[in-house]
Amino acid sequence: MAIVNLGLNIPNRLQTLPPDWPGGFWWHWLIFTVIIIAFVLLLVMGYIYIERRGMGRMQARIGPNRAGPFGLLQPIADAIKILLKEDIIPTKADKIVHWLAPVIAFTPALMIFAVVPFQDGALLADLNIGILYVVAVSSVSTVGIFMAGWGSNNKYSLLGAMRQIAAVVSYEIPVVLAIASVVLIAGSLSLNQIVLAQDIPFILLQPLGFLLFFIAGCAEINRSPFDLMEADSELVAGFHTEYSGMKFAMFYLAEYAEALVISAIITTLFLSGWRGPLLPPWLWFVLKVIAVFFVMVWTRTTLPRVRIDQLMALAWKFLLPLALINLFITGIEILTLPATSPWVMIPVNFAIMAVLILLWSKFFKLGWGRVEV
Amino acid sequence: MALKTEPFILNIGPVHPSTHGVFRMRATLDGEVIVDIEPVFGYLHRGIEKLAEERTYTGVIPLTDRLDYLASMSNNLAYVLAVEKLAGIPVPERAEYIRVIMAELQRIASHLVAVGSFLNDCGAYFTPFLYMFREREKIVDLFEMVSGQRLLYNYMRAGGVSHDIPYEFLPALDKFIRQMPSFIDEYDRLLSENEILLARAKGVGILPKELAINISASGPVLRASGVRWDIRKADPYSIYDRFEFDIPTGIAGDCYDRYRVRVQEMRQSLRIIKQAMEQIPLGEVSGKVPHLVRPAVGEAYAHIEAPKGELGFYLVSDDSIAPYRCHIRAPSLINLTALREMMVGWKIQDAIIIFGSIDITMGEVDR
Repeated sequence: MAIVNLGLNIPNRLQTLPPDWPGGFWWHWLIFTVIIIAFVLLLVMGYIYIERRGMGRMQARIGPNRAGPFGLLQPIADAIKILLKEDIIPTKADKIVHWLAPVIAFTPALMIFAVVPFQDGALLADLNIGILYVVAVSSVSTVGIFMAGWGSNNKYSLLGAMRQIAAVVSYEIPVVLAIASVVLIAGSLSLNQIVLAQDIPFILLQPLGFLLFFIAGCAEINRSPFDLMEADSELVAGFHTEYSGMKFAMFYLAEYAEALVISAIITTLFLSGWRGPLLPPWLWFVLKVIAVFFVMVWTRTTLPRVRIDQLMALAWKFLLPLALINLFITGIEILTLPATSPWVMIPVNFAIMAVLILLWSKFFKLGWGRVEV
Repeated sequence: MALKTEPFILNIGPVHPSTHGVFRMRATLDGEVIVDIEPVFGYLHRGIEKLAEERTYTGVIPLTDRLDYLASMSNNLAYVLAVEKLAGIPVPERAEYIRVIMAELQRIASHLVAVGSFLNDCGAYFTPFLYMFREREKIVDLFEMVSGQRLLYNYMRAGGVSHDIPYEFLPALDKFIRQMPSFIDEYDRLLSENEILLARAKGVGILPKELAINISASGPVLRASGVRWDIRKADPYSIYDRFEFDIPTGIAGDCYDRYRVRVQEMRQSLRIIKQAMEQIPLGEVSGKVPHLVRPAVGEAYAHIEAPKGELGFYLVSDDSIAPYRCHIRAPSLINLTALREMMVGWKIQDAIIIFGSIDITMGEVDR
């Protein structure tokens, strides 16, 4: 549905947007495509650097510091090494699926940035259904991951891919519900409009929504403590066990690009996107994105991994009811108290969040139980 | 209508990040649930027991280093105790104290690795592991001071130890045992009460008390099941009867209890080291031992509480300079025998942490 709308909307939307760009639609398209690809690739490199150095610091070691000053060239060295590796396809693999999987896994991450504003109006396509497009496209990469799991004909890969499917199907729902309450406040599905509506960052108006989105988002992109699909201590490398060379690099890229996507969406929806004083807007955007990612690195280095049934239980018993209640309360607040000052609503919302989380923790514990055979 | 499904056979190992060496588990799975598991040993078999028959009694000591390579000192100690028992060699007082200090330091080092790799198996991505290794490094530095080695120490001898401790050792040890309790507390605070760890490890992989006794499990695995059995107390060897310490035990015998017992044991070991440091006398570190030990015909069994459990050496002498037979009771192997009972019915992820919580070293399992 979203894809059809996209096809219909791009031409006439883009000719009107943004008016001050030279050369009309095609120039705009070309420039932004280049910007997006450069942005994603550069920031993915930045992410890899931050993750490796940050994790090193948190783990009482130094981290990579040989390639370039402060190890800044480490991601490039990694890329060169990986390009020179032999590309191995297992004999019994389904060759076409095996070949296609990394492409399908990586492309959606690039596509999502088409609707993410880098500053006011600076985006490839200001779709009026922007956030719906994000939700629709981000699920596509799961297909790529499942293809990898199936196509490599490896039991570990298959187990990882099955977990991925289960996780994405479950966590999509709290993600969408958390987004819905943001959309209710902003009154628009367009990401640019959502940013413009944030005179106060929505993290203050929607603290619970932010938490739910962050947790569910982490689960969707396999960040710890939900990294069951890769789970290096259990499934070796999960779905990309059988990949090497550039194909593995594509998965590696896709993994970080997805983390980039989630942090960009969180920035846009909850942290008022590119808005901020003094610094140029795009710099604010990048800084916020990196800050969100840093929290992800932090949880990754600290927390153990949950079990697959606990992962499901967390989605269905904890996140989903809370997301529904959050949506409900947001709706009531908008209907009944539209004119109340946000500075009154902020403490109220934080209080509601605290009460709800405490209440739900009483109902529900991460279950442990033996499965009878 | 039920869908017809087939069980799924997954080979975990021999080369797998969580098998702590080259262990292989042939798991039959129903989805993610384990319905049967078959351990396969022997990938690291080096024939140490047979090699021992070709060497002099002293020459066997380097071989024992290579059993449980994370606890070489303990292996040395168990072996030299057996030789001393066989040949009736007396040990000077100071050497006894040095041995106790070394064995307890080794217990802390081994438990640090056990706890760290257990948490790593739980999925805490290398952070606890690296912090534990940072602390272990300090112990390894201490061992390097006395033996010149960092992994395979080859330090103890029948009738004492190979060298006296250098004069800077005791101050360094003192510094270590003053710092260590706060580090243990720090790691405890980081993860012991963590909700995810509790959910993952509590109630998982229960080893019931009766089963634990029946398979003759020992060490932290046995004590976590609620059995108060520690050879240091039950059959004191060396000079352990002179020290005051407690035996921490668990209640349920699950992975979490095994983890807790190890953390508590580190604290008790520090207590023992502290007492030994205060009491250590001056004097000889090696008794009058002939160059080649040639015990009279006979046999001897000596066992110690190694970090992983009861480590025993059974030696038979035929009045020559080499043992006629050397049998090793390896705790890692015997603790593994209840693997199937502990794992069946749990998911793959649980199997990994159950395996991690038993704390084995492949060098000792396969010998």
